Amino acid sequence: MTLNNTDKTAPQEEDIILKVEHLSKVFGRRKEAANEMLEKGADKAAILKSTGVTIAVDDVSFDVERGKVFSLIGASGSGKSTVVRCLNMLWRPTAGKILFENEDIGQYSAQQLREFRRSKVSMVFQSFGLLSHRSVLDNVAFGLEVRGVKKQERLDKAMEMVDMVGLNGWENKDITDLSGGMRQRVGIARALANDPDILLMDEPFSALDPLVRQSMQFELISIQQKLNKTIVFITHDINEAFKLGDRVAIMREGRIVQIDTPEDMTVNPADDYVRQFIQSADKAQIYYAKNFMQTPTCLVHIKHGARAALQQMRDNGMSSAYVIGDGMRFIGVIPLDNAFRVRAGEMTFDEAIVRDTPTTTQDTLINDLLPIASQAKYPLAVLDEDNRLKGILSKAAVLTALL
Amino acid sequence: MADWLTRFPEELHLNIQAPIDNGINYMVENWGGFFDGLSNGLRAILRAVQDIIDFVPWWALVIIVFAATLLTTKKWPRAVLYSILLVSIGLIGLWDELYDTLALVITSVFISLAIGFPLGVLISFSDRANKIVRPILDTMQTMPSFVYLIPAVMLLGLGNVPAVIATTIYAMPPMVRMTSHGLRQVDTEVQEASLAFGATRLQMLGKVLVPQAVPTIMTGVNQTIIMAISMVVTCSMIGATGLGSEVIAGMNRLDSGRGFAAGIAIVILAIIMDRITQNMVKEAKSSDA
Ligand SMILES: Nc1ncnc2c1ncn2[C@@H]1O[C@H](COP(=O)(O)OP(=O)(O)O)[C@@H](O)[C@H]1O
Ligand SMILES: [Mg+2]
Repeated sequence: MTLNNTDKTAPQEEDIILKVEHLSKVFGRRKEAANEMLEKGADKAAILKSTGVTIAVDDVSFDVERGKVFSLIGASGSGKSTVVRCLNMLWRPTAGKILFENEDIGQYSAQQLREFRRSKVSMVFQSFGLLSHRSVLDNVAFGLEVRGVKKQERLDKAMEMVDMVGLNGWENKDITDLSGGMRQRVGIARALANDPDILLMDEPFSALDPLVRQSMQFELISIQQKLNKTIVFITHDINEAFKLGDRVAIMREGRIVQIDTPEDMTVNPADDYVRQFIQSADKAQIYYAKNFMQTPTCLVHIKHGARAALQQMRDNGMSSAYVIGDGMRFIGVIPLDNAFRVRAGEMTFDEAIVRDTPTTTQDTLINDLLPIASQAKYPLAVLDEDNRLKGILSKAAVLTALL
Repeated sequence: MADWLTRFPEELHLNIQAPIDNGINYMVENWGGFFDGLSNGLRAILRAVQDIIDFVPWWALVIIVFAATLLTTKKWPRAVLYSILLVSIGLIGLWDELYDTLALVITSVFISLAIGFPLGVLISFSDRANKIVRPILDTMQTMPSFVYLIPAVMLLGLGNVPAVIATTIYAMPPMVRMTSHGLRQVDTEVQEASLAFGATRLQMLGKVLVPQAVPTIMTGVNQTIIMAISMVVTCSMIGATGLGSEVIAGMNRLDSGRGFAAGIAIVILAIIMDRITQNMVKEAKSSDA
């Protein structure tokens, strides 16, 4: 079996906070028999059938860089949850090592392991794993309480975390009063309260509906930028993996198929499986120009001329203005340098208008706009069927929509 | 046709009666000290419970039932109804018997919970302990209770003390089962979360598992109480005093009225204790769901 799990974007040794070396995890009793079959090249299904042993994770290695988000993605049953539970020894690996800052955490005593879990690493769960008999605040304070932090101190700290995840005012509510998205905010606040170095997140947003999921992703990014935590983020959604991950590892049947940055993975998928995964991303998410366009600013009526255009550009801090006729009908774009030339008398206002700039309609698929937007000098003008300017779409907006 | 095919061959007799008799006799002769100690200990607990109950005047008990019903069901007509039912036990002349029975039931339930809860915790943690304890629980519950009344009497004599033992044996299993079941069924991610934040086993038990299992554990308490009450008549056959002995007396003298009166009193006691504890279960669930 050929394996392409070479990691071309491997980080520098000193930046690595967590190192996973040849991790394997096997469920079942007849491990030796299973190992024998595995060495002979039998596949997972055959091994399960004849020995009753599940090979959940098979020889997985990767490095996690400090302060970065490492996404681990794969179909259901590919072994993601198993990997992440080995990272804090909730489940003992069958083979392989987990090195945290070069210490083999598999060698920790029960006491050391508890210390490690209390201060270095915390976890966020798919179905939240919250204590339904406690209030929001007492849930957030759980880790500190277990650590023996004094009551007032831990409640203060917990309140700070509740604030950070935007649940101010909900701190005394029961968990059962909260929506799914709010519950996961509690989960995140609880995980951050211990001020851990690493956050392990096992499909934290998979149970949430798409809109809530998007806002949670956004929030996680901003929290990560503020606190600079290292995050191991598990998901089965390639969009999510690409949006959040600095680097992404794809798992299939217990093995890692490819580790790369989202960009490199898109350009150079290691095999057909990865390619399919990435293609599924585009199909899974259908967005139109109207979903991402912004309200047009920096408009100038054709009657008003270059001076007004310059004024608009100055006010809006832009380097081009949209020239319109009556009823917002789109005529073209006037770039800043052209406007200056008109003022200097080098060309007429009419000549200064660029009329062949690419435009699009509101119902064009964002995917189809990628080649146009990446070539365009100015944000795309989004027009309706009567040529009326409805919005503008920047290159950045198109790219974020695709990730 | 051969004889042994139609009729069970009596030559194949396996004598288990003699060894059991011998075993019990051996215990009676040689472990007398232990059983005396056990007997004295139980008598002391029973005595203490009796003293506490006797300290409560009749009207105070009525108020307690009224308040407990109101608190758990939040329905005052129910509270009034149960108070009237309780008073009617006194009206039919069985108030003192009620107190004797209450002492027996409360003592047995107390011991059942005190042993059953830790045992339930133990078998929820250890699969091996689970494998050993489960069949014992099954036997305790399905063995006709008369059967162990005999050795109980031989070892502890007649009266309320062996009755406490017999009742405890019969009433404890649901507490063990429900405690263990409640602890085991706590959501996996909730358990993982507490470990992932570095909780010790004891912290996990006290801060996570038991609070999460309270509704199920309360169901166990409720079942234990009902089963203890259902043993009242049986226990009177080995000399337990109270409502049960009234039923037995009614039977011996073919006095239906006397038997029914005591029977109704037992039913009233059972209903009141069942409803109050059942609503405590509901309460625990609704604050949890
Ligand atoms: N406790 C367990 N006992 C036996 N098999 C398990 C256990 N946990 C997971 N598995 C198996 O291991 C494989 C990987 O599971 P998991 O790590 O949960 O995958 P994922 O999180 O990617 O969906 C699956 O085939 C699953 O059935
Ligand atoms: Mg999973």
